[in-house]
Amino acid sequence: MKEFETVIGLEVHLQFKTETKIFCGCANRFGDEPNTLTCPVCLGLPGSLPVLNRKVLRYAIRVALALNAQINPVVKFDRKNYYYPDLPKGYQISQYDLPIAHDGSIVVSTAGQEKKIGIKRAHLEEDAGKLIHDGANNCSLVDYNRTGTPLMEIVSEPDLRTPQEAYDYLTALKLTLQYLDVSDCDMEKGSLRCDANVSVRQKGAKEFGVKAEIKNLNSFKAVKSALEFEENRHRAMILAGEKIVQETRLWNDEKAATFPMRSKEEAHDYRYFPEPDLVPFSLAPNAVEEVRRDMPEMPHAKLERLLKRYSLVEYDAHILIQDPHIADFFERCAESYKDWKKICNWIIGPVQQEMNSRKCGIGELKLPPQNLIGLIEKVEQGVVSNLVGKDVLIMMLDTGKDAQTIIAEKGLAQVSDTGALEKIVEAILNENQKVVAQIKEGKDSAMGFLVGQAMKKTQGKANPKLLGDIIKRRITDG
Amino acid sequence: MLSKEEVRYIASLSRIDLKDQEIEVFQKTLTAILDYIEKLKKLDVSGIAPTSHVLPLQDVFREDRTRPSLTKVEALRIAPAQAKGSFKVPQVIE
Repeated sequence: MKEFETVIGLEVHLQFKTETKIFCGCANRFGDEPNTLTCPVCLGLPGSLPVLNRKVLRYAIRVALALNAQINPVVKFDRKNYYYPDLPKGYQISQYDLPIAHDGSIVVSTAGQEKKIGIKRAHLEEDAGKLIHDGANNCSLVDYNRTGTPLMEIVSEPDLRTPQEAYDYLTALKLTLQYLDVSDCDMEKGSLRCDANVSVRQKGAKEFGVKAEIKNLNSFKAVKSALEFEENRHRAMILAGEKIVQETRLWNDEKAATFPMRSKEEAHDYRYFPEPDLVPFSLAPNAVEEVRRDMPEMPHAKLERLLKRYSLVEYDAHILIQDPHIADFFERCAESYKDWKKICNWIIGPVQQEMNSRKCGIGELKLPPQNLIGLIEKVEQGVVSNLVGKDVLIMMLDTGKDAQTIIAEKGLAQVSDTGALEKIVEAILNENQKVVAQIKEGKDSAMGFLVGQAMKKTQGKANPKLLGDIIKRRITDG
Repeated sequence: MLSKEEVRYIASLSRIDLKDQEIEVFQKTLTAILDYIEKLKKLDVSGIAPTSHVLPLQDVFREDRTRPSLTKVEALRIAPAQAKGSFKVPQVIE
């Protein structure tokens, strides 16, 4: 049996979340009524001229820096010519031989280790409009709102070897892009899109196999499934001695399979040439430096720092860095409370649970860091139990009040008044003499039952540790 | 000289329908242009910086501020056909 090797490269299209489109002042927004966000520039009307949005170039430099890429000191735009109804000008303004960036890399955690995946190039271009096929009426409908949305295309080197690795690359790339705050990175809204190139060859072969390009991948999971499907299809064809043709295929999620794209067999001949309506742009070192100064800490660096600085375990730190706002929140909590593991447990446990059920980010929770610390302190001091603490958290988030106020208002403080607890224990012991006898015979597990009974009597407000101590003493002494 | 097939291919890329007679004309005229380019290629340009734009300008930007868009009615006025607030085109199948 021959051993196969799969070779995968991914092209990611990222929509920037600027106020306006890349070359005109139309709002860059998703979900508006069709054809209400257009102008002569993005409709490609004669006589109109594109002008580059300054912020788009800035965002592009941010992405290039985050991907450790070489930035071209001078860049230009080019026309990519093809006819399709979603492209009103008959060409897409893109970048050909002088892209924003080339030869970058990103570190990906995959299969328990770190692997550096090369970034071949990253360039700017404009998005096309949206086509809706109306088969019933034998026509297609075009909405040009999306036309001219700023896009950055990020092309990986063919460094990925398994569908899982491709999935992990996308996860790492998305997190990096989220940190940059340049895009929603929402695949459902199309602000992050992915096409995959895949081929299969004999392990150790120098030449690549014939590749297939897969489109219509609507989620990271779809990317992985489609690549698994293609990997198997290619292997089966090679084993059967069939010839693989280079083609574009579409992923069908329902059928869990790829199918050749039905389109006219016309070689792609885009006839790129320099866009005469746009002047060149310089990305001089000082301009790049200025952007670099504003760069946030990237996920990988943050992970390493959190691990070192707060001696967190890898698992916890990984969860914290999934959202830079959560990591920041953790660090602000850590300034005033030294049990970092405890803070982490509260954040990745109850706090994130509440974020999920309320469908909001940490910033929208009514929870300043000092309030979480206040709550943790109450739990640690034994004022409330861990369990009640979680209820207190919910009430804090509902009202925006701090832990102390909630505990006082609701009378949730544990009864730590020994006198009161002694009385309760006495009553419990009298009511459960059989159990007491069992404990005296060495059946320690029955202790829990008595503590439970006493907790019930105090509606859960007794300090369970104190209660246990009293019961134990009473039984041994008595 | 460009072949008839080459001219037909270029014409199809540009969605131009040429008659046989016209193809012969373009075989000659396009070839003349290509020949001229060949001549230009012989020039020594080693001392000249690559130029992608004829104007001595660079870094022309606009700020990221919205400007009013056309209304839907204005935008659709130029559509050869429209339906459901959209530009209506012959069906494209992928």
